Amino acid sequence: MDYLLEIKDLKTRFYTDEGVVHAVNGVSYGLEEGEVLGVVGESGCGKSVHALSVLRLIPDPPGKIDSGEIWFDGRNLLKLSGNEMRHVRGKQIAMVFQDPMTSLNPVFTVGYQIMEALTYHQGMDQSQSRQRAAELLDLVGIPEAKQRVDDYPHQFSGGMRQRAMIAMAISCTPKLLIADEPTTALDVTIQAQIVELVKRLQSELGMAVMWITHDLGVIAELAHRVNVMYAGYIIERGKVRDIFKHTRHPYTQGLLGSLPRLDEAPGTKLVSIPGLPPDLIDLPKGCPFAARCIYVQERCKQEMPPLEAAGEMEHVVACWRWEEIASEGAS
Amino acid sequence: MTPGKIPLVQVQHLTKYFPINRGLIIQRQVGAIKAVDDVTFDIYRGETLGLVGETGSGKTTIGRTVLRIYEPTSGQVIFDGVNIFDLNEKEMRKIRARMQMIFQDPYASLNPRMTVGSIVAAPLDVHGVGSRKQKNERIDELLDLVGLNPEFVNRYPHEFSGGQRQRIGIARALAVSPDLVVCDEPISSLDVSIQAQVVNLLEELQERLGLTYLFIAHDLSMVRHISDRIAVMYLGKIVELADRDEIYLRPLHPYTQALMSAVPVPDPDIAQNRKRVILEGDLPSPAHPPVGCNFNTRCPFAKEICFQVDPEYVEVKPEHWAACHLVEPSK
Repeated sequence: MDYLLEIKDLKTRFYTDEGVVHAVNGVSYGLEEGEVLGVVGESGCGKSVHALSVLRLIPDPPGKIDSGEIWFDGRNLLKLSGNEMRHVRGKQIAMVFQDPMTSLNPVFTVGYQIMEALTYHQGMDQSQSRQRAAELLDLVGIPEAKQRVDDYPHQFSGGMRQRAMIAMAISCTPKLLIADEPTTALDVTIQAQIVELVKRLQSELGMAVMWITHDLGVIAELAHRVNVMYAGYIIERGKVRDIFKHTRHPYTQGLLGSLPRLDEAPGTKLVSIPGLPPDLIDLPKGCPFAARCIYVQERCKQEMPPLEAAGEMEHVVACWRWEEIASEGAS
Repeated sequence: MTPGKIPLVQVQHLTKYFPINRGLIIQRQVGAIKAVDDVTFDIYRGETLGLVGETGSGKTTIGRTVLRIYEPTSGQVIFDGVNIFDLNEKEMRKIRARMQMIFQDPYASLNPRMTVGSIVAAPLDVHGVGSRKQKNERIDELLDLVGLNPEFVNRYPHEFSGGQRQRIGIARALAVSPDLVVCDEPISSLDVSIQAQVVNLLEELQERLGLTYLFIAHDLSMVRHISDRIAVMYLGKIVELADRDEIYLRPLHPYTQALMSAVPVPDPDIAQNRKRVILEGDLPSPAHPPVGCNFNTRCPFAKEICFQVDPEYVEVKPEHWAACHLVEPSK
């Protein structure tokens, strides 16, 4: 199968004074054209670092992509020169960041910041790019876009700034949009607006989306496929329905159990995962989840389980005991 | 746990405006932020009252004014029969031992230069409880109660993770055996799996110690999980208050309805097929709330009267209050 983005055995580490932080530890997967991939995990699981590695935005030093290949549209991004990479960033792969308050430059108008990409990548002149910037703001649902092109970021609300960031990201009709926790800083009603907007743009423009979040609810609504990450590994991956309905990995099960459901019966206790995620400087031998896992066995502490097929099509899981756990859950 | 209907706290027509001042040397007031505007509700003994709303809706201000951290502009807070705003400093200090607070940010709310032991003991010192020996015993007991190893007593906050810090904050709040604990977004800065740990702990403590909670949060599904009753705030006013299931199954106010439908559901079958009410626009500024109903700028059902008259907050049916012109009281 031809993928739009294919990551092979990516390892990203940070060489700090305290030691080597093993942020991404051998991640491999493929993303198809027009697909919406959800990447879930808690802070420090490597979800953002792996996305930044794709764009080669890892600060070096201390960060370094130690090994792996990132194939995008027939080219290995890790082999491109700085200049070639600049033509990929923003033009073919665009990114929306978490905090709309800090990712816009406060001393330039919103319009100017959108026009920058248009003049750089598309070679538009001043009036063309201005016109296009207004169209883009209109497309992402900013009212009176023509006038607001000249506004500064502080004149926009949080939700509007995130819309402006999205306008900027889609300005060159990228093939892949990476959204790194784009709604975490926003209120629920505004979050719903942004999710709705990205869904609409995705189907209109046919771009692939990688949506990074810790919110399984947003993933359920938006994604086609899901990668669940833990301590720099993908520990489960599959179609969205399989991840939620045929959950295989004990960590994914724990994550889903920690969420209250709007339709739960009164008095239901949340299933919490005991303990804390491991220290990425001093990763344990074997499965990183072993210390918190209720199904742990001796083998788990010795060997990291490989990702293997888990029943449904394209569903893979990294757990020695997934079969037992699955049959236990069924009975 | 069956909370009785005896109010521990009665909040009556509570109003808190923050002045907006202009001028460098001679300051004059040019306006007011109407953070809390004529709010009335009871908190029953032994219950958890959830308070939800978006950023800037005034929920934190209510929490703080109920504890008299802020002086109100007008209104009363009657705690166990006494209007706390009538008390002098000495009397207030005495009653504060019965009302404590857990803060949102476990990184900012613990003094980095104090040991865990002295942080937890601080309320005991303030209220002059017990000898040194009794105090040390109490600290051990409290740390044990919140699931921390009592041997950690001489460690500093930076040695702990976010979830553990929040436990320290909880131990501090419980040191003086309060009746009422105001929890101001105690879990929003924690990871999903850690959130469930802290919520379970809060529920357990409530059962064991008979605590009454005012639980402030913007995460509706978590609020519904922990609360007995829920109050929904919008722009300084409570727009609806009812039993947790009642407000979820039969929300009356259009804002509550929109809020409920904006909550992401971690189930792809429901999430991808349900119809959502997506609100347009943003929260108006509390310095210039709209004339008439506060919600009229975003309400999909607004009628003429909504732009002229502020709707009254009435008990629509037993134990279910709402403030909306479109809701008919069932008598």
